[in-house]
Amino acid sequence: MPDVFGKLAVNLKVNGKPHSLTVEPRMLLVELIRETLDLTGTHVGCDTTYCGACTVLMNGAAVKSCTIFAVQADGAEITTVEGLEKDGQLHPIQKAFGDAYGLQCGYCTPGLMLSTAQLLAQNKQPSEKEMRKAIAGNTCRCTGYQNILKAIQMAAQSMKGA
Amino acid sequence: MYPRAFHYHRASSLEEAAAMLSQLGDEAKLLAGGQSLIPLMKLRYANPGHLVDLNFVPGTSYIKEENGALHFGALTRHAEIEASPVAARIPIIHDCAAGIADVQVRNRGTIGGSLAEADPSGDWATVLMTLQTEVGCQKTKAHRRVQLVDFIKDAYTTALAHDELVSEVVVKIPPSGSGGAYVAFKRSAPVYPTVSAAVQLSMEGEICKDAAIALGCVGLTAIKAKDAEGALRGQRLTDKTIAAAVEAARAAADPQSDMRGSADYKRTLAGSLVKRALDIAILRARGEQIEAGHIYA
Repeated sequence: MPDVFGKLAVNLKVNGKPHSLTVEPRMLLVELIRETLDLTGTHVGCDTTYCGACTVLMNGAAVKSCTIFAVQADGAEITTVEGLEKDGQLHPIQKAFGDAYGLQCGYCTPGLMLSTAQLLAQNKQPSEKEMRKAIAGNTCRCTGYQNILKAIQMAAQSMKGA
Repeated sequence: MYPRAFHYHRASSLEEAAAMLSQLGDEAKLLAGGQSLIPLMKLRYANPGHLVDLNFVPGTSYIKEENGALHFGALTRHAEIEASPVAARIPIIHDCAAGIADVQVRNRGTIGGSLAEADPSGDWATVLMTLQTEVGCQKTKAHRRVQLVDFIKDAYTTALAHDELVSEVVVKIPPSGSGGAYVAFKRSAPVYPTVSAAVQLSMEGEICKDAAIALGCVGLTAIKAKDAEGALRGQRLTDKTIAAAVEAARAAADPQSDMRGSADYKRTLAGSLVKRALDIAILRARGEQIEAGHIYA
């Protein structure tokens, strides 16, 4: 029976890069991403499973990384906002959020873009209702969501051929 | 926020997890989806000394139809149920799975974890109480099935022994001519509902052969509105019988005033939600494809 109070081994891939780390059991996934790996694009907002600022993809599924222990990501593939761009080119979702003014302060934006990434991976032409449902777990206190919806639609358009 | 430090144990089977619970005693808690437990630990409302992680146990996430019943593995995520055509055989189950919190929480949270937590504001117990539901309970060397009504004992209290865990949820598929709906009223997606109502009807022509009505968030457990069910059973569903059922459901609610609303407000809401759920259930019992969803304030 494994029984470790101190450090536990975690092997995971973050944005395609493998990492072998040891973590304290109570370390949250978001802390591993921000503090250990220095990927500070993933934000901590409410820290109580409400706001979605900490959203990342875990094996393709959007999750709140403040509500998963790092040790649970053992064997997982994680995508953070830093993993969206390829070869210095912004991902179509990132470009659309900029072009449609889908952000103001930007605090919620990484989480919203990763929720959008899960949506568009499963549904290439989402309706407005489906878009609203997909981002219901991401709180934005600036935009009123209208431009975010436009950004998602724009991203869906530009990713259609992909 | 960090929880209190704890020992982490990764179970490789449900039997092993039960053995760990037995060995570790009261200090141990199970970690399934973690969408309630981890926030509680971060806020230090829950301070387990040991966590037994079930997420690496193979074969605990499935949805299958067997002998006229749907079987859900304990760690089946809400999102998997939401997307499952098999689970959609019982539309009220789809209503529930698709409406819990938000995408991220549904990707992690599990049906077994929700029932085992027995939060009075949880969605699953309310919905499954309107169906014939049994909960598979696993000990190291024993397995039993408990009717859901006997499984939920009180707020945050179930029939599980300290060294026992939920292995499976089994729901009998209602006969043809049945229809159900679940409607919850929420201030926003990630929060618990203010009030929720589940209705499951079995019709024979114009006559309501059987009715099950349950209310969520208005008592220490989901409440079966028995008088409301009685007002419909054997009756033609007219405006008058429906109004009588709604009135009885309102009377069955036992809400507390809190930040989500006053007791009076919640009681009124309970009646309105039962009416909405009934309207959808009646149409579904006739075979109509009606979408039902949660209502946001």
